[in-house]
Amino acid sequence: MLTVKDIHVSYGAIHAIKGVSLTVNDGEIVSLIGANGAGKTTILHTISGLLRASSGSIDYNGTDLAKVHPSKIINLGMAHVPEGRHVFTRMTVEENLRMGAFISNNPAKVSENIDRSYQRFPRLAERRKQFAGTLSGGEQQMLAMARALMTDPRIVLMDEPSMGLSPLLVKEVFSIIKSLHEAGITVLLVEQNAKMALSIADRAYVLETGHIAMEGRAADLLNDDKVRQAYLGA
Amino acid sequence: MMKLKKDSQKGTLLNFVGIAVLFAALLVFQQSSFASPYMRGILIQCCYVIIMVTSLNIPNGFMGQFSLGHVGFMAVGAYTSALVTKALVQVGVPYTGLPGYAMFLVAVLVGALMAGLFGLMVSVPALRLRGDYLAIITLGFGEIIRVIIQNIPIAGGKGLAEGQAGQPLIGIKNFSNMYVIVGLTIACVALMYAFVRSKYGRAIKAIRDDEIASEAAGINTTYYKVLAFTVSAFFAGVAGAIFAHRGLGTLQTSDFTFVKSTEYVLMVVLGGMGSLTGSIISAVVLSILPEVLRAFAQYRMLIYAFLLVLMMLFRPIGLCGTWEFSLLDTLRGIRGHKPKKPQAPAGVKREEVSEDV
Repeated sequence: MLTVKDIHVSYGAIHAIKGVSLTVNDGEIVSLIGANGAGKTTILHTISGLLRASSGSIDYNGTDLAKVHPSKIINLGMAHVPEGRHVFTRMTVEENLRMGAFISNNPAKVSENIDRSYQRFPRLAERRKQFAGTLSGGEQQMLAMARALMTDPRIVLMDEPSMGLSPLLVKEVFSIIKSLHEAGITVLLVEQNAKMALSIADRAYVLETGHIAMEGRAADLLNDDKVRQAYLGA
Repeated sequence: MMKLKKDSQKGTLLNFVGIAVLFAALLVFQQSSFASPYMRGILIQCCYVIIMVTSLNIPNGFMGQFSLGHVGFMAVGAYTSALVTKALVQVGVPYTGLPGYAMFLVAVLVGALMAGLFGLMVSVPALRLRGDYLAIITLGFGEIIRVIIQNIPIAGGKGLAEGQAGQPLIGIKNFSNMYVIVGLTIACVALMYAFVRSKYGRAIKAIRDDEIASEAAGINTTYYKVLAFTVSAFFAGVAGAIFAHRGLGTLQTSDFTFVKSTEYVLMVVLGGMGSLTGSIISAVVLSILPEVLRAFAQYRMLIYAFLLVLMMLFRPIGLCGTWEFSLLDTLRGIRGHKPKKPQAPAGVKREEVSEDV
């Protein structure tokens, strides 16, 4: 579905990504784990067009994503949940969801998807008329996810959904990701919480200072001694 | 849903009634003993200041991209429209009565389009920046426009072929009257209101809140920023055109200095960033206040400063916040009905909204 081939990304003189290749197959949850500054977010931003690779290619169902404007990527069925709960703070929850369907021209479908969001995230239904800026961190994360799902994407890129959340909420967020997976949505998940990320993923890549150090089935990586030592603290 | 549609029809009808009442009041005013040229002058000033402040509220308030050089666009609109009417007079178009009004509207449109074009040209490079940097670069552009106008011969002296650079432009004939100007102001405000309520407006507000999320939601942020800036410059051009034809017959570049820009920005902030209603109220109040306080002219700036400090201390969101006036809701309120939908709460204070990214 998504094939990233040997991409290099630089921030000015800093060569952040040095030849990363990865694939995401239809219906999979793929995790990208690694320490701070390893380049996880950079890779996601490059896929969603917010950054451009200096070389290499990103192929999504036969489309070269390097040629697509970032605001058009959502039209291809790829949604991005950015890191750090980017919600529209001075809009209500419902307005946020409507913004998620900005590209849609079908009001009936939008209303239907808003109802579906409220079923999936009952907390948001309680807060529908509240300004998003007044929500708690966990609620904002859920809103960001619900908003990304408003266009019925086939693949969702999630950037650190567990960041800054309490352990209980982290569990909730991950169970939601699992339910999306069961609904047939492909997920590319970037996480620092390696244990959680590996426990729900099908496959995973371990990123170290700009290149892939290890890759394989998530279950295997979870039991790998090196991974356990470096990322799982055991 | 049906109910909502009916409500909006009712609202539109009511607004037309409201406008009719306003014009009736204007007619009464015209007949009354109050209607000195001085009072008419203040009214016209209120009109162009309203357009100017509401237009500035689009980038500064609704989009959160600070522009400090808006008088530059006003100047473009003013000079262009003045030169257009001068040219029309030269070719012998009568400037009284109906053909005069039509020609006035043509001049306003040309001036506004020219200002919009300048807005487009400035915003494409300027909107790569944001925050303080954008404020500084727009300030710079505003000054550049002013200095250029000062140095082109056709925009000085008698203008056109007999122009002289560096002189005030003189002999601008008055094509308009109060009714035309008030009507034009209402039309501009209505258009801007429609704009900020449209899908475009929503995209612009989304950009203000979060650019990355907007881009992820499929909003082409560059396009919408440039669009908002251009629309805003267009209306600033309308304000400039009215200013040029306010009846004094002269235009000078010192009418369009940086100080004027900050005055308009002040009005936007005072009225509420993101409330056209607030902009209108503060434009009217701050146009009339200096006249009322003429006796204390030397303390005027002192009072301004004091007002602003009080405002920032006790109501940092501005007079109206993001609240908009609605005739329908107000009438319902008077008759004791609860508003149909929970009001977009104007009272949510900025402190409550987490701004950290």
